[in-house]
Amino acid sequence: MWSYLVKRLLHALPIALAVTVLCFSLVHLAPGDPLSAVLPSDASQEVVDSVKAQYGLDQPMPVQYLQWLQRALVGDLGRSISSGRAVSEEIGKAIGNSLLLAGLAAALAFTVGAALGIVAGYRQGSALDRVLSSLAIAGVSVPHYWLGIVLVAVFSARLNWLPAMGAGPDGSGDWSLDQLPYIVLPVITLAAMPAGIVMRSVRALVADTLGREFIVGLVAKGMERGAVFRHLAKNIAPTALAVMGVQLGYLMAGSILVETVFAWPGTGLLLNTAILQRDIPLLQGTIFVLALFFVGLNLLVDLVQPLLDPRMKRS
Amino acid sequence: MIDSAPAEFPSFAPNGSAAVRPTARPRRWSLRPWLKAAPSCVAGAVLCLSLGVAQAQGTLRVAMTASDIPLPNGQTDQGAEGMRFMGYTVFEALVAYDLSSADKPTSLVPGLATEWKAEADKLRWTFKLRPGVKFHDGSAFNAEAVVWNLDKILNNKAEQFDTKQAAQGRGRIPTVASYKAINELTVEITTSEVNALLPFQMAWIVMSSPAQWQASGKNWDAFLKAPSGTGPFKLESYVPRERAVLARNAAYWDKARVPKFDKLVLLPVPDASARVAALRSGQVDWIEAPPPDAIDSIKAAGFAITSNVYPHVWPWHFSRLEGSPWNDIRVRKAANLAIDREGMKQLLGGMMVSAKGMVPPNSPWFGKPSFEVKYDVAAARALMAQAGYSKDKPLKVKSIISPSGSGQMQPQLMNELIQQNLAEIGIQVEFDVRDWNALLANWRAGAKDPGTKGASTTNSSYFSQDPFTALIRHVDSGLMPPKGTNWGYYSDPEMDKLFDGVRTEFDTRAQLALIQKAHEKYVNDALFLFVAHDVAPRAMSRKVKGFVQPQNWFLDFSSISMD
Repeated sequence: MWSYLVKRLLHALPIALAVTVLCFSLVHLAPGDPLSAVLPSDASQEVVDSVKAQYGLDQPMPVQYLQWLQRALVGDLGRSISSGRAVSEEIGKAIGNSLLLAGLAAALAFTVGAALGIVAGYRQGSALDRVLSSLAIAGVSVPHYWLGIVLVAVFSARLNWLPAMGAGPDGSGDWSLDQLPYIVLPVITLAAMPAGIVMRSVRALVADTLGREFIVGLVAKGMERGAVFRHLAKNIAPTALAVMGVQLGYLMAGSILVETVFAWPGTGLLLNTAILQRDIPLLQGTIFVLALFFVGLNLLVDLVQPLLDPRMKRS
Repeated sequence: MIDSAPAEFPSFAPNGSAAVRPTARPRRWSLRPWLKAAPSCVAGAVLCLSLGVAQAQGTLRVAMTASDIPLPNGQTDQGAEGMRFMGYTVFEALVAYDLSSADKPTSLVPGLATEWKAEADKLRWTFKLRPGVKFHDGSAFNAEAVVWNLDKILNNKAEQFDTKQAAQGRGRIPTVASYKAINELTVEITTSEVNALLPFQMAWIVMSSPAQWQASGKNWDAFLKAPSGTGPFKLESYVPRERAVLARNAAYWDKARVPKFDKLVLLPVPDASARVAALRSGQVDWIEAPPPDAIDSIKAAGFAITSNVYPHVWPWHFSRLEGSPWNDIRVRKAANLAIDREGMKQLLGGMMVSAKGMVPPNSPWFGKPSFEVKYDVAAARALMAQAGYSKDKPLKVKSIISPSGSGQMQPQLMNELIQQNLAEIGIQVEFDVRDWNALLANWRAGAKDPGTKGASTTNSSYFSQDPFTALIRHVDSGLMPPKGTNWGYYSDPEMDKLFDGVRTEFDTRAQLALIQKAHEKYVNDALFLFVAHDVAPRAMSRKVKGFVQPQNWFLDFSSISMD
């Protein structure tokens, strides 16, 4: 197990590095100027060039990248060009907000998706299965931002039941129950797609496993439904968990539009702002941390899978 | 000695209203209906939570278009919006704007300086400071504080020098060469060249408290947590990227402008739909820049829309490099006569003023140009025929445009209409669509830059707050890139001479005449494609009373009270 863990960690490093190189290159290939955020829009090119030198942005790209990497390896992700704040401080705050949002969305999506998937799998081919499958397809197909806007239009603008944006009456920070109404709509919006994906996956797994000989044998032996279900659950759990793990990663990294629609101060909104402002250190740092998170999450899933399914145990 | 009285600003006739007169109470979001619809235990819990969210009376909550809270360091960021909500609320400059009226021209008025004048050599300026003014931390505002603040942005060796504030402020006062305190309440500023526009430029430079910076451990990051200026609001709390709460400064030196409400809450909401939803759900009382297609529904829901013309222009900036088709005055005039600006206004829900020049027609700077910018397709076709073009033999041009951007209004919609209008007279337009940041980068780099990729126009909206930003910077031959933003490399000795006159004429009447002549030349030579002026729409709830929208980028919050 330990050697496997070390091997996976060693594999994760080049992936993380490749992500940073790719991100760095793409940001620099895009037209625009990272200093637009700190200079008046009518600043002359002469002023821009002088400030560029102060920020070290006049250096060749490889030099800038290596300087960044050197600092990043010792935990210094630099300072945001637009705000001047430490990138690690910016990400630290945003990642907490995103984890909260993604965690609640995951809990909702995985519970609803798994439950409906099991029901649909047991009732494969029935009218209920068709209705649930249609709902799952809708969940997968509906764009996040569209669903978010519709929910806001109905529940905030029209009915005035829930707040339309923000993370709380006083912003995010020390979390309290006052902030619960603010998270309802973003969580529902973010949960729709993974709920659909998990539901479809679980449905397929259940339907497939129910047709296997060992289940037929257990039923033929007269085993109770509950006991049969436990066998079924143990068999589908590793694959379902893998699907959920990937979805959790997407929930963290893929919430840019949802966080923008709801002005939710997480990593998605931070990334969006960094992209629009060409804030290279902030963009680099955020993507780097999210990439590490994604890699770490996949590693965690790989490690948990053998605990659920001894057949997958690695030496 | 040459007196320099507070200079008059462009006079724009009122085009929109200022006072807020909504017709019905907007909805407040509440969880009570939810209680009826959901299981009582869940709904009850959520209702209890919602009650804690209710806002107190006397709080004005504003959704800005910015993606972050403007830095409360003094010389703030986030462009004009940053100065509007943070720069001129917590801090102040020596020279201020009179923003009290929607109807009369905006003018420069005494701020932290009670008077200013240029000395006989026209290089030295004396600013007399307002006595008895204190920073929010209780320390005195005086000449030393002014010198300290100028060092903050101009003197790289000063311990308080701040790169961020320097980036924002340095370019605003390019001719300031030296400065010194003459006595407790007098400052002398010397310029490197004669510059009659210095008071306009000094209106940008706001004063932070030296004592508070010292108390913050001489650290600007620490200063952000407890900033101190002299303005009518004090910063109470600041959560980067989320909110800032500004509290009324009851001890403000100008008793007539002490705020009538307790708190001003600033929220960055860059997404236009989210701003509208926040207003309609009662989360905010005021939103900046509601999208034109939402204005009717906002009005129908009982909110007020305010607007007024202000120093802004939305043009096409022509390249004047060799080989540019826009070097032919017939083509430039034809293009100006081909645009259906009234049709465009309808498309924008009435939220624009048709441009007839770089400044609105009722500005004192407009003058009396002989060429009238209007919609006359027949005259435009005739000019194009003289130039050798027609619909069958079209002139092909490429224009850089953006899909969005600060001050860009509805660029895609507007440019598509222009494309259709120009096609009617034999100008075939190909668009090079770039995001706003990329367009700005090319605008700074100039038409000669390889990144222009054959385009002969660029569509950047312009701030025209003073003679320099309105006229000089675009066509002064000394301001070609990289020195300035004369993107098209226009050069005309006659225009340069007019600008020299504007810069060196201290008599405001004579200066005004020169500005008018320069603008007349702009229009008579059709130097730009003059399209529209924005009217800065805002939407507000009925709780906001007494708001006056001046003809300016900046606002005075002192007339506002909250129900």
